[in-house]
Amino acid sequence: MNGIHDLGGMHGMGPIQPENNEPVFHARWEARVYAMARAMGAWRKWNIDASRHQRELIPPAEWLRMSYYEKWLAGLIELMIDKGLVTRAEVESGRASPASPKATPALPVEAVAPLTVKGSPYNREVRVAPRFQPGQVVRARNINPVGHTRLPRYVRAKSGTIDAIHGVFVFPDTNAHFKGENPQYLYSVRFTARELWGEQTTPQDSVYVDLWDDYLEPA
Amino acid sequence: MHDSDHDHDETHKAIPSDLALRVTALESLLVEKGLVDPAALDALVETYEHKIGPRNGAKVVARAWADPSYKTRLLADATAAIAELGFGGLQGEHMVAVENTPKVHNLVVCTLCSCYPYSVLGLPPVWYKSAPYRSRAVIDPRGVLREFGLELPQDTEVRVWDSTAEIRYLVLPQRPVGTDNLGQEDLASLVTRDAMIGVAQALASLPPGTP
Repeated sequence: MNGIHDLGGMHGMGPIQPENNEPVFHARWEARVYAMARAMGAWRKWNIDASRHQRELIPPAEWLRMSYYEKWLAGLIELMIDKGLVTRAEVESGRASPASPKATPALPVEAVAPLTVKGSPYNREVRVAPRFQPGQVVRARNINPVGHTRLPRYVRAKSGTIDAIHGVFVFPDTNAHFKGENPQYLYSVRFTARELWGEQTTPQDSVYVDLWDDYLEPA
Repeated sequence: MHDSDHDHDETHKAIPSDLALRVTALESLLVEKGLVDPAALDALVETYEHKIGPRNGAKVVARAWADPSYKTRLLADATAAIAELGFGGLQGEHMVAVENTPKVHNLVVCTLCSCYPYSVLGLPPVWYKSAPYRSRAVIDPRGVLREFGLELPQDTEVRVWDSTAEIRYLVLPQRPVGTDNLGQEDLASLVTRDAMIGVAQALASLPPGTP
């Protein structure tokens, strides 16, 4: 979707504000939101693409006002309600409805280390040949999906060169909407700064963007 | 204190405390429903506050500086080379290392959200996840670097890596000159988080207080 989250190339967002000796979390509630989002992910009712998309659905004015972990909290609550893990009434009251079944087992403490140490790979073993080869010139398609996509607006209809083939990966545009993993080749595509931003940019500079096969067409 | 200041302070404070209450209520709901184990939440927080952070990445960089064959492996297959040092997993499943040289400078961003190589850098700082950096890193990387105090020569090639997929990028900074006599532990002290994102160079000398 052409949302506020797709920020590449925008102006007017203000100065970058690094913080010296920044803590990992600025308040206890941030840490709890982070941990709850990870632990709830272990129920496998959604996936990483769906959780990203949920945060993209926050209306732009609110999105710009909210802090990072406020967005995570809002996204987590909507996903849990959508998947029937909690009801809105329960979230508002903070108490479980008497009729609701107690779920078991939650992510146990001994599963945390394996979760963080193993992660969950997104590549898939699919024996197909890649459509494009390194060095080949391609164009990012000019598409404007209303759902989730990882094709940023700033590269659409722009030409680039295949720099590397990463392998076959889960396709976010379908996975985010629970329409299947649709695994396909993922490429690193090099776009020159001049192609993206015009003549005033430094000629040798470039942006590398990871793009799936369905985002590309031969140039 | 003027009334307006007072009002401002009250408003400012009301937002986080309201959030803190909502989060506490949500956690107790999820615990009551058996959906989360609070000990598991504690362990997740502990992991990213104390176990997984930029010291991991600094060890990888120091090893690559000190050991040419390791550097070759890191640039060929970063996921496997990083796993040799015992690091990997969540948000580090698919790693690529990009090398800074006198001619090339690399900078990592995620314009669409906040993708970041947790396994080597931990959780991202606020500025990395915020609109100013995400919007400008791709259109004006040299201006962004200048804002961080890094002025690149005009003939340097800047490569920006937008983490749009599940590939996570680690910048291998240039080894500072005059560090030939340093061991890997001291070398790692020169490697900052910002240098591994690409918004800074590695430190030229050991920070004060290094044992």
